[in-house]
Amino acid sequence: MTDTTSKPGQTEVWITGIGLATSLGEGLDANWTALQEKRINVDQTGFAPYIVHPLMPVSFDSQIPKKGDQRQMEAWQRIGTYAAGLALDSAGIKGNKDILSKIDMVVAAGGGERDLNVDTGVLTAEAKGANAPGFLNERLMSDLRPTLFLAQLSNLLAGNIAIVHGLGGTSRTFMGEEVAGADAARIALARIASGESDIALIGGSHNGERKDLMVLYEFGDFNLKDKFAPVWARKDHAGFALGSAGAFLVLESRAHAEARGAKPFAKLSSVVADLARRKHPGDMAATLEKLWAKLPRREGKGAIITGATGAEPATSEERGFLKGHAEFPVRSTGTMFGHTMETQFPLGLALAALSISRGALFPPNDSTGTEIEMQGAPTQIVVVGAGHWRGEGMALVEAVG
Amino acid sequence: MTAPRDKLGRPVVVVTGMGIMTSLGAGKADNWAKLVAGESGIRTITRFPVDGLKTTMAGTVDFVSVDPFSSTGLSERMAEIVTQEALEQAGIGAKADFPGPLFLAVAPVEVEWPQRRELGRAVGAPDFTYDDLLRISGGGKYSAYHHRFMFGSVAAHLAETFGTKGSPISLSTACASGATSIQLGVEAIRRGETDAALCVATDGTVNPEALVRFSLLSALSTQNDPPQAASRPFSKNRDGFVMAEGAGALVLESYEAATARGARILGVIAGCGELTDSFHRTRSSPDGKPIIGCMNKTLADAGMTPDQIDHINAHGTATPENDKMEYNTTSAVFGDLISKIPVTSNKSMVGHTISAAGAVEAIFSLLTLEHQRIPPTINYETPDPTILFDVVGNKARDARVTAVMSNSFGFGGQNASLILTREPA
Repeated sequence: MTDTTSKPGQTEVWITGIGLATSLGEGLDANWTALQEKRINVDQTGFAPYIVHPLMPVSFDSQIPKKGDQRQMEAWQRIGTYAAGLALDSAGIKGNKDILSKIDMVVAAGGGERDLNVDTGVLTAEAKGANAPGFLNERLMSDLRPTLFLAQLSNLLAGNIAIVHGLGGTSRTFMGEEVAGADAARIALARIASGESDIALIGGSHNGERKDLMVLYEFGDFNLKDKFAPVWARKDHAGFALGSAGAFLVLESRAHAEARGAKPFAKLSSVVADLARRKHPGDMAATLEKLWAKLPRREGKGAIITGATGAEPATSEERGFLKGHAEFPVRSTGTMFGHTMETQFPLGLALAALSISRGALFPPNDSTGTEIEMQGAPTQIVVVGAGHWRGEGMALVEAVG
Repeated sequence: MTAPRDKLGRPVVVVTGMGIMTSLGAGKADNWAKLVAGESGIRTITRFPVDGLKTTMAGTVDFVSVDPFSSTGLSERMAEIVTQEALEQAGIGAKADFPGPLFLAVAPVEVEWPQRRELGRAVGAPDFTYDDLLRISGGGKYSAYHHRFMFGSVAAHLAETFGTKGSPISLSTACASGATSIQLGVEAIRRGETDAALCVATDGTVNPEALVRFSLLSALSTQNDPPQAASRPFSKNRDGFVMAEGAGALVLESYEAATARGARILGVIAGCGELTDSFHRTRSSPDGKPIIGCMNKTLADAGMTPDQIDHINAHGTATPENDKMEYNTTSAVFGDLISKIPVTSNKSMVGHTISAAGAVEAIFSLLTLEHQRIPPTINYETPDPTILFDVVGNKARDARVTAVMSNSFGFGGQNASLILTREPA
């Protein structure tokens, strides 16, 4: 078990900036309002029979002013670079060269956004008999855009954020689907709590409107098809609807934030993660239980925000785990935002911090009774992120006392 | 050996096990013998047709079999073999029970052409769209490909095989990835989270599309004949890097834990540093400040001054821009000392192992410390007159080496450096 918890004598870590660009909108107010209104934005026809939560259109120019920069990126990088800019704005450090020159970045990323026309062109030509030994080489040499590679490389999300927003500290990119988002937060928290770092930008972005990704998840029959339903109502119709989103947070030591007069949304008290073997029923639930036990003692008014995917058997395992903690009202981000893979955990952290700062958990959006109303202001929210195939993460976000 | 803590009061981090694989062969002994003999692992590619490619050679690892073949599968298999070698040397933990976390540098993963072509054939029609591919992908026939092409799949496999603890981290910082994996391990031990960490870096991505991608960015050497002479770091006639495969694994431990169990200490990770360059996606800031800052941060992290470094294991890719920039920045950090510090680039022989390079070269640096012998930079026939490094050209050199700086620079503004020493300072 690897875990990060602020220990006595270690510095407290605050969440001082949040940037969101999702299928529900851009910015904190738009997302909060949509959650209050239980709005869900799904496209059931564009990729039918598959369902996606498409990005609510944004004006990329406002955060990525140079068209040249926008052209160098594919959608997933533009969404992320945009959301990262919103987070820096939210923290009040956009353009602050002193801080941006030392900020530590930990990004959770996928990558590999492909040119479907090139792929289909090669395959259909081969189906029609093109079989010269160098056929693939020649087509790729002539058809691939030279800059596409840079739009596909996982670490070029961080690279683009650094270029567009002028970040000059350190930069690390974690891969590995859902849990990469938890590990990004875990490592950044550990570094700040131990004094290795003062301030960090963490998060991820995902373009769910991609058929090449759908092929990958269709290999495992993970895509939600035909009919949308809340995550908890998919037991007999399992799967996830991919979502587009960027979610970034600025984490900062309390001392660093106070010195510059920054106000916290909440504090990030602990992030833990593990890799259940998932060979037998109950393995994953047992690991979630172990992670839960690792979180600091919870005494306040608590809630859970989970990135449960709707994929089976993972979601049923998680439902079993949640039943053991029924006193904590649950919210599933997958229902409202779709499954945004590496971004789901940072999104959960963002919504937890937002809920704490606004003094209310957003309302339930579920037909099965798994999600119940919550009265009063939450002071502690546990963020849960269990991967559709592997990887489990958990975090505790708390009101600043 | 003395203090279990460094000058900054942190646990000293030592290396107790190493495993390596490159196009030269498998294992430390074989690699080291060939490296100091100045042998090249670069050869004409036979894995797939090279017709129509501008670059037809690479440092492929062809002696490891993977079935069904995929670049990710090869990366995984190489990682497994080098980890086994490192664990046997370290003698730590029990079988399938490594007492610490895994930090894995691995190339970004995606569905590859053999699998894409299999789908294309399965459609069974001469004309089709991407939707047709999507339609036939489900139903369980290709479920193994889902697992294979998850970004986290290699790390999950290693974690399960070797019993590492907690959530394994898969990371990419482009050509600096291997160094970053070591840095993450060092930090975890220094914070006291663990007494041991397994740091692995692997890259098996010599495939047609990867070659084309780098070719289209004009990054690769096209001096195909003879392939052994293609990689020419610091030479006037260098024209790009040579793609290569390989893997490296290091068992890191706190000095205290290693000595308590009587482990043999192979070297010390005295310092690590990183600094982002926000100038351009593929080019370094013309003033070199981020790279200079990276090296200075690493010296400060090690609590050392430039005069204490007596060898530099260069990034040395043999691209026109990298080598020039590396000289300018290194000489800015080391000043007049630079003419007296022997510099070498392992990439002249093993090529550029991309995601693995930082770890592969850290291991070669540690072997350099062990053998007190610096491997050569081969193909150094026509020195670049503007690069005034003391290049260890063509023949290995015996030297007193107590501290090595190993540098890695990558696309996306990634810069990382390590300082490796024989004994704790």
